Amino acid sequence: MALVQIENVSKIYQTGEIEIAALSDINLSIEKSAFVSFVGPSGSGKTTMLNMIGCLDKPSSGKILVDGKQVDSFNRQKRAAFRGDVIGFIFQSFNLFPVLTAYENIEYPLVMVKNEPAAERKEMILNVLDSVGMLNQKDKFPDQLSGGQKQRIAVARALVTQPKLVMADEPTANLDKASAINVIRLMHEMKDKFGTTFIFSTHDPRIMEEAEITYTLVDGKLS
Amino acid sequence: MIRIFKIALRNLLRYKRRTLLTSLLITLGIVLVILFSGLAGSFKIMMIGQITDSNLAQMQIHKKGYVSSIDTMPLNLTLDTKRYKKIEELLSSNTQISAWAPRIKLNAMLSNFKDTTNIRLNAISPEKEVLVCPDVASRMTFDEKREPGVLLNQGEVIIPDKLAKGMKLNIGDPIVLVANNKDGSVNGLNFKVAGIIESILGPQGKEGYMHIKDAQELLRMDSPEMIEVAVRLHDFDKLGKVYTDLSSKLAGFINKKGMPEFEIHTWDQLSPFSNIAKMIDFMTITMKIIMIAIVLISILNVMMMSVYERVREIGTMSAIGTSPSRIMSLFLAEGLLLGLISAIVGNIIGLSGIFILNIYKISFAFGRQDNLLLAPTVNITELLWVSGIVLLISVFASFQPAYKASRMEPVDALGHV
Repeated sequence: MALVQIENVSKIYQTGEIEIAALSDINLSIEKSAFVSFVGPSGSGKTTMLNMIGCLDKPSSGKILVDGKQVDSFNRQKRAAFRGDVIGFIFQSFNLFPVLTAYENIEYPLVMVKNEPAAERKEMILNVLDSVGMLNQKDKFPDQLSGGQKQRIAVARALVTQPKLVMADEPTANLDKASAINVIRLMHEMKDKFGTTFIFSTHDPRIMEEAEITYTLVDGKLS
Repeated sequence: MIRIFKIALRNLLRYKRRTLLTSLLITLGIVLVILFSGLAGSFKIMMIGQITDSNLAQMQIHKKGYVSSIDTMPLNLTLDTKRYKKIEELLSSNTQISAWAPRIKLNAMLSNFKDTTNIRLNAISPEKEVLVCPDVASRMTFDEKREPGVLLNQGEVIIPDKLAKGMKLNIGDPIVLVANNKDGSVNGLNFKVAGIIESILGPQGKEGYMHIKDAQELLRMDSPEMIEVAVRLHDFDKLGKVYTDLSSKLAGFINKKGMPEFEIHTWDQLSPFSNIAKMIDFMTITMKIIMIAIVLISILNVMMMSVYERVREIGTMSAIGTSPSRIMSLFLAEGLLLGLISAIVGNIIGLSGIFILNIYKISFAFGRQDNLLLAPTVNITELLWVSGIVLLISVFASFQPAYKASRMEPVDALGHV
C-alpha cells in the first residue's frame, strides 16, 4: 500500500470575490522509502501540495490518505497528533527555536509531542546528532550555527521521532550551493539509513537531480 | 511541566529589556501595596489600640438611649445597682470577656480659685479601669514621688493637658469641682490635681478622670449608680461575634414599658476614628485595584507582543505536532513566571522597606497628638493575598494571548511574515 495516496485533490483560495485554484484535480501516490521532489516555478502549488500531504492544510475537495488514514477528515487536535506521530518537517528558514540549543531543539518533539522518557531520549538524540554529523555542535544555540549546520539540526529534529514521512519545503533555498547539495545528500543518506520517505519541494535544478522521483507542478496541475 | 517552565523562562530572558521593564512595573505595584498596607494598617491598628486600650474600651453598655444623647452627658439615664448586677451576671457568663468596669460621665465646672472652666470627666473605678483600658496610665503624667501603680485615689483628679496649660494648673494644685446632679441641684467639692493626661482622638479623648465614689458624692447619688460599663475581650478579633451574642442577650432585658433596657456599642460605633479606619481600608483596596490593573495591562501587553512576534515559531511548534493545549500552557507559563518573579522580588523589596521603616520609625502628628511613632508591620496573610492575586491576574492576563497562539492554524502561522 502506498504511504501517500492523493485522489482528485483540489485547493481553492478565496480572495474577496476572486477564487484562485492552487491545486487542480491532483492524483498521485507515493510509496514508502521514496525520495520525491515537487518542482515547478514560484506559485505553481508546490508548498500547497506539501501542506496538504503534511496535514497542515485541508483540500477544498478530494481525498488524501497518509499511512492509510484519511487525513483530510481530521480535526485540529487529531491532525496535530497525527503530524507528531507520522510526519517530520524541515523548513526553508530552518525554524529552529532560538532559545533552545541544538540538542534541545532536537529534544523538543520528544518531550513536547511524544513524551519520551529522559533516558531513552538522550540515546535517540545523540544517535541522530551523530548521523547528521553535528554531535560536537550540540550545545550551541541556533544563532551560533551556520545555515548549513542549522538545516542539519532541522533534519535531525525531523528524524528524531522516527517518522514515516518527512516533508521539506524548499529546504535548500536559504543555503549556498555546497551546503544545499550537502543537505540533500544528508536527507538521502537518512532515507537509506532509517527507511524514511522524504518529500521535498524545490525550484533549484541542481537539487532536482538528487531526487529519485520528480513531480512537476505548473499552475496547480501535475504535468 | 519543568520543561515548559524552562522554555518559558528562556523566552522571557530572550527579550531582557522588555521583561525587566514589565517586571519592574509589577514589582513597583507590589512594593507600593505592601508599604501602603504596612503603614496604613499599622496606623489604623495603633490608633484603634490607643482608642480602645486607653480610653473608650472595646465595647460599652449603657441604659437604652444614652448614646444618642451622649453630647449632653445626661445623668438621668443611669444604671442602678440592680441593673448593673444584671449586666455583671451576663458578662461573667461569657468566657470571651476578660474584664469590665463601671463609669460615670459628667460635666463639671473646674475652678483654680482664679478662673473657672468647663471640664468633661470620666469617673472610674481605678482597679477595674486598668483591666479594661490597660494603657490608660501611659497617657498620664504623675508626680515623681507618687507610689507606682496607683492610678487614682479618692479626692484626686487627673486633668487634660490642654486644660492644665490653659488654667496654669500643675500636679498637686488644689481645685474645686462644681456639678449639677440629675435633679438640678448644685454641689461642689475640693480636689487635688494628681496628674495630667494627654489628649487623644475623639470627643472622649479630652476627658479628665476622677474616682467613681467622688463622682457619686459630687452628684449626690443616694445609692451607687453608673452611666456605662466598659468591656474588654480576651481576643479583639472576636469583637463582632461577642457583640452579636451580647446584643441578643441584652435585648432580652425589657423595662416596664416593654422596651429594651440596655444598649451595647462597639468602639467603632462610638469613635469618629472608625470613619478614618474605613477610609484607610478603602484606600488600601484602591491601591490593590491599581496594582491589579498594572499587572493585568503589563502582562497582557507583553504576552500579546510575545505572541505576535513569534507567530512563525508557534506555527513550527504546531507543525511538529505540539498540541494546542501545550502551546497554550507554554504562553500561560510565561505570564505566570513573569508574575511570580515580580511577586518574589516585590515581596523582598516590600519587606525590606517595612524592615527599614521599623528601624527608622516614622514620627508624625495626628489630630492634637504629636510625636506618634509608626512601626509598620505586614502579616503573612496580606503577603500571600497580594502574591496570590498577582499570580492569578498574571495567568488571567496571559490567557487571551495564549489562547490565540493555541488556535493559530500552522499553515497560516508558518506563512506569516
